[in-house]
Amino acid sequence: MSTASTEVSAHSHAHGPGHHDPHLAHHFDTPEQQFTSAKLGMWIFLGTEILMFGGLFCAYSIYRHNHPLVFKFAAEAYLSTKWGAINTVILITSSLTMAWGVRAAQLNQKKLLISCLVMTLMGAAGFLGVKTIEYSAKWDEHVWVGSWNKYNGDNDASYATPPPAQPTTQPAIQIPVPAYSPTAIADDANTGLDVSQIKPRYAYSFNQSIQLAPPKRASDAKPTDEEQRDERYRQLSASDQWRVNTFFSCYFLMTGLHGIHVIVGMGLISWILMRTLRNDFSSEYFTPVDLVGLYWHLVDLIWIFLFPLLYLIH
Amino acid sequence: MSIAEYQSQKKPKVDNYLTHNRGFLSWALTLDHKRIGLLYMMFVLSAFLLGGTFAVLLRTSLLTPNHWMFPSDPAHDTQAKLFYNNMFSLHGAVMVFMFIIPAIPAILGNFMLPMMLGAKDVAFPRLNLMSFYIYCLGAILFTWILMGGILRTAFNIHLPFGFGLDTGWTFYTPFSTSKAEDGMVAGVLGAFILGFSSILTGVNFIASIHTLRPRGMTWFRMPLFLWALYATSIIQVLATPVLAITLLLLIAERLLHVGIFDSSLGGDPVLFQHFFWFYSHPAVYIMILPGMGVISEVISVHSRKHIFGYNFIALSSVALALLGFLVWGHHLFVAGQSNLVDSIFSLLTFSVAIPSAVKVFNWLGTLYRGSIRFTPAMLFAMGFILLFTIGGLTGLFLGALATDVPLHDTYFVIAHFHYVMVGSMVFAFLAGMYHWFPKMFGKMCNPAWGRFAAILLFIGFNTTFFPQFVMGAHGSPRRWATYPVEFQPYHVISTIGSYIMAISLITVALNWLAGLLWGKKAPANPWGGNSLEWHCPSPPPYDNFPTPPVVDDPYNLAAWEYDASIEGWVPRKSQPAAATGPAANRTRPVTH
Amino acid sequence: MNAMLNNLASGAWGGFWMPPEGSAMAGEVDWLFFFIYWICVFFFLLVLVLLVAFAWKYRYREGQPMLDAPKHNTALELTWTFIPTLIVIVIFFYGFKGYMHLAVPPPDAYEVDVTARMWSYSFRYPNGEQSNELHIPVNTPVVFVLTSDDVIHGFYLPLFRVKKDIVPGRYNKIWVQATSLGTSDIFCTQYCGQDHSSMRNHVVVESRADFVEWLGKLGGGGLPPVQRGKYLWETRGCQQCHSTDGAATGKAPTWKDLFMSPVQTMDGMHMADEDYLHEVITHPNIHPIAGFQPIMPPTEGLLNEKDVGDIIAYIKSISKNYHPALPAATGPTTGPSK
Repeated sequence: MSTASTEVSAHSHAHGPGHHDPHLAHHFDTPEQQFTSAKLGMWIFLGTEILMFGGLFCAYSIYRHNHPLVFKFAAEAYLSTKWGAINTVILITSSLTMAWGVRAAQLNQKKLLISCLVMTLMGAAGFLGVKTIEYSAKWDEHVWVGSWNKYNGDNDASYATPPPAQPTTQPAIQIPVPAYSPTAIADDANTGLDVSQIKPRYAYSFNQSIQLAPPKRASDAKPTDEEQRDERYRQLSASDQWRVNTFFSCYFLMTGLHGIHVIVGMGLISWILMRTLRNDFSSEYFTPVDLVGLYWHLVDLIWIFLFPLLYLIH
Repeated sequence: MSIAEYQSQKKPKVDNYLTHNRGFLSWALTLDHKRIGLLYMMFVLSAFLLGGTFAVLLRTSLLTPNHWMFPSDPAHDTQAKLFYNNMFSLHGAVMVFMFIIPAIPAILGNFMLPMMLGAKDVAFPRLNLMSFYIYCLGAILFTWILMGGILRTAFNIHLPFGFGLDTGWTFYTPFSTSKAEDGMVAGVLGAFILGFSSILTGVNFIASIHTLRPRGMTWFRMPLFLWALYATSIIQVLATPVLAITLLLLIAERLLHVGIFDSSLGGDPVLFQHFFWFYSHPAVYIMILPGMGVISEVISVHSRKHIFGYNFIALSSVALALLGFLVWGHHLFVAGQSNLVDSIFSLLTFSVAIPSAVKVFNWLGTLYRGSIRFTPAMLFAMGFILLFTIGGLTGLFLGALATDVPLHDTYFVIAHFHYVMVGSMVFAFLAGMYHWFPKMFGKMCNPAWGRFAAILLFIGFNTTFFPQFVMGAHGSPRRWATYPVEFQPYHVISTIGSYIMAISLITVALNWLAGLLWGKKAPANPWGGNSLEWHCPSPPPYDNFPTPPVVDDPYNLAAWEYDASIEGWVPRKSQPAAATGPAANRTRPVTH
Repeated sequence: MNAMLNNLASGAWGGFWMPPEGSAMAGEVDWLFFFIYWICVFFFLLVLVLLVAFAWKYRYREGQPMLDAPKHNTALELTWTFIPTLIVIVIFFYGFKGYMHLAVPPPDAYEVDVTARMWSYSFRYPNGEQSNELHIPVNTPVVFVLTSDDVIHGFYLPLFRVKKDIVPGRYNKIWVQATSLGTSDIFCTQYCGQDHSSMRNHVVVESRADFVEWLGKLGGGGLPPVQRGKYLWETRGCQQCHSTDGAATGKAPTWKDLFMSPVQTMDGMHMADEDYLHEVITHPNIHPIAGFQPIMPPTEGLLNEKDVGDIIAYIKSISKNYHPALPAATGPTTGPSK
């Protein structure tokens, strides 16, 4: 490390092409330095977004690894691959139009930029529309998030899943186990998490009617979709049945947070659109367009991960 | 700058960043990093006052085994316990989220970082202002909720939305999601908002250090304070979003019963702890790294000596930042993790001790053959070295699995983290404030009172927290409102120590106030530092540098000589020839 | 203050740092504690001495020239990087070894189930009996199976140097082997709400013989059959649905005046004698009664024959149809009354 002072000035006062550039902030020397700085800042911010979603992906991985059949059941029974695929195509296309728009801004093509931004907005709106269709379908089937989910143990008007079965000396009618019973506790070998049967918080109380075995159908009647789904549900192990709610929590939290980011993105793109109409951008200054484009690509990228993880579970 | 220009500072009418424009809006809407630093200072110091007041109240309440501050009948018994639980939650949450994490980066970092880079501002001044307002919003919400709980439990005063928080600052599930008072959601939201202030400050600092470094200032020619801020910002940017999502999940659990952390709905309470500590362990490095950066500056300048082992210190800052992400599991040693996971985290935890040890030895190496001035800043820095050594060494007990099992969640842990957070970080903060006080305000503080406060704080701090090591080793768990009478002597000593600490901190505050009001005018370079912030007047002008400063090795202190007429340092007129060859590694002998 | 001084004098407080050692494992943990402790003392004194020496020797004195000194010394810096690394590896190794001893219970350990709830512990012993007191036999490995009914609690035995969190929804285990008799503390170490500070208990280490005797007295074992029957009614859950004062709960028939009264069930008429009572207690819902849901939980494993007999004795004692010759009630069981 040299100890001699260098004769280089800390910041030059050279007036380059950005001289008196109205967009050049006073603490930057050149527009290039400012643009590089802005882009770096945006990339760091996108990194923070990835980490935030990362937490959700982590929770998803843990629960799916511990209960793969739960996720398989819930995804196949309740998620429409068709709509998910449509949304994926919509978002990828909107990313294309956004990138095209940034290019247009670089080349001073205002009209093209406007149409690209409008198409991106339409794509975003289409995405939200499909999500609305999906969410309302889930509402109709009583599989929303948390307490509005029929599989949730908190839900008193429950789907009345019989609590985890007792050992074999049981009559055909299922009865809850009292809180103080010292009988054998089922050890869920997969997870190390033991299902404690002494939990009184089942969707069940002494005052409720007993859930009887499913009624027999006439043997030649074709089972409805719902009945098929219920049948597959009953085939899950007791501890898995109890955890179907977890899949929906993951689904709604992940797609919900993503949806919020789509809405924010729409706001940002609209703001860029307004500024374009006001002639704020040119090939010399298009930084906001670039940065919003980066944000939109991130939103798309997150969906590209969400789609297979949630919709394509086999 | 020539001597004449320095002496021109004595002229009464000086335009600096404080006088550049006036009026409430010029402060409320300022984009000047220096003013933003001062705005943060007001709020952050108020947070320290709030958290500190409750610390003293806590300790007072613990003077007797049975919360003597309330009458002893069953109704008051409940009230007393609720009050204590709200108090320690408030103390922890305010100190962590509103004081320690922002303190050095937002106050000293905002002020000094651009100047150390020879720049006029940070990379994103508007983002900087937005960070401040986000902090304000989060702080106000948080304080309201927490104080609401205090007022309700202590005085039966019911603020609107004054719910209170009684989960501790760690919000462990399922207590926080099923049993805690209602304020939990709003309080967690406050912490969420405060987190964004931290993230955006980190983004700003990283971009600034990357893009605003002047020509000639390579990475290894930056002051170590900037290395520390850079490492801190990396952690802020990578870890805080995980806290954000954890808090969101906590709110979803509480409001929507999604069942992610609640075992009766299929969730896992220990998963919350993993998520929470994945942020909160790196967070403690957010707290300490800037402090270490300050100490590197103070030790070097106040002993007039080039920092020893620059490269090792710089790299160990980054190493701490990265290794800090790998050790969160040591907070879960007794939570029920598998033995394999416990062992892995124990080994990784020890790795984090090494960069800290390296720094301590390097600082001692800096003092060797220096010319040490016992300014208040230097005394706080020396206190830091001793207390950080104790704090770090006691971490060894907690990193080793067999000794951690009995010591986990006891007063031993409380003593350990107070040694590093208060004994180290607060001492570093005070050292930094004394060091840069003349630059920020253009006034000098009375050094005698500053020295007195440093020594008193050192005594008070050890009196408060050393007995807690012993108490914890003897088995006293933490977060206890009442305790078996056998522990009383330790609590009494500890409380007396806390009063000594309070007196010394009040002395510091009065010292600063007196300095602001009646202090001597400060020269541009009162201590003789060579980093770029000393190359401008005190206080700096609005755009920092009237003439662009010349980039040099920031620890080339021999470039300055003392001028008694201004009681400050001026550039040495006759520079010795540039050293090359083997002698380049040596500091040049000087008379001062 | 007096209590504290007594404690110190009697040695019950232990040393300056650590409480007395209650188990063999405690000795191992304390050894490591002091190993680390002396390493810490060494390094702290090293830093302190260097700091004070440098502060004194190199303090600023007017006119005193500064000496030449290097800006870095790679060999030295590497040394003080590697030596601490080696030291911490050694500490890790001993910590790991000791921990594995603490963490892995011997296979034949005596098992006690610990259930924590806000704000107390309850202990269930292998004989099925439950108590709020923890007694363990000396010199025997005892493993605690920990679970919680509500939030996370802690289970900390300072004298044994063991601690584990008690997490709802899962079972955590720790084990101890006590080496000396006496009483020591159990503390809750995980904040659990209002009365976290009061969530304390004691562990009593007794000789094997004393322990077995105490265990036998649990569960009302020392009580005569009628009183024991009442105790079982209160603690085994019968009380939830069956009243004993004639009140109609709507969930199950009252026990008052039940003995030797006619019972109309869905499969005929029965007289509620000892055989009938025995059958409906051990085979719940086998004779469903109109107006009541068949919701009685299984009693297999919950009540042994002696228990059933004692319950029948109690039911008899509250029936107007029962006129014993002697005041003391007998049930159809025998068994030593302790």
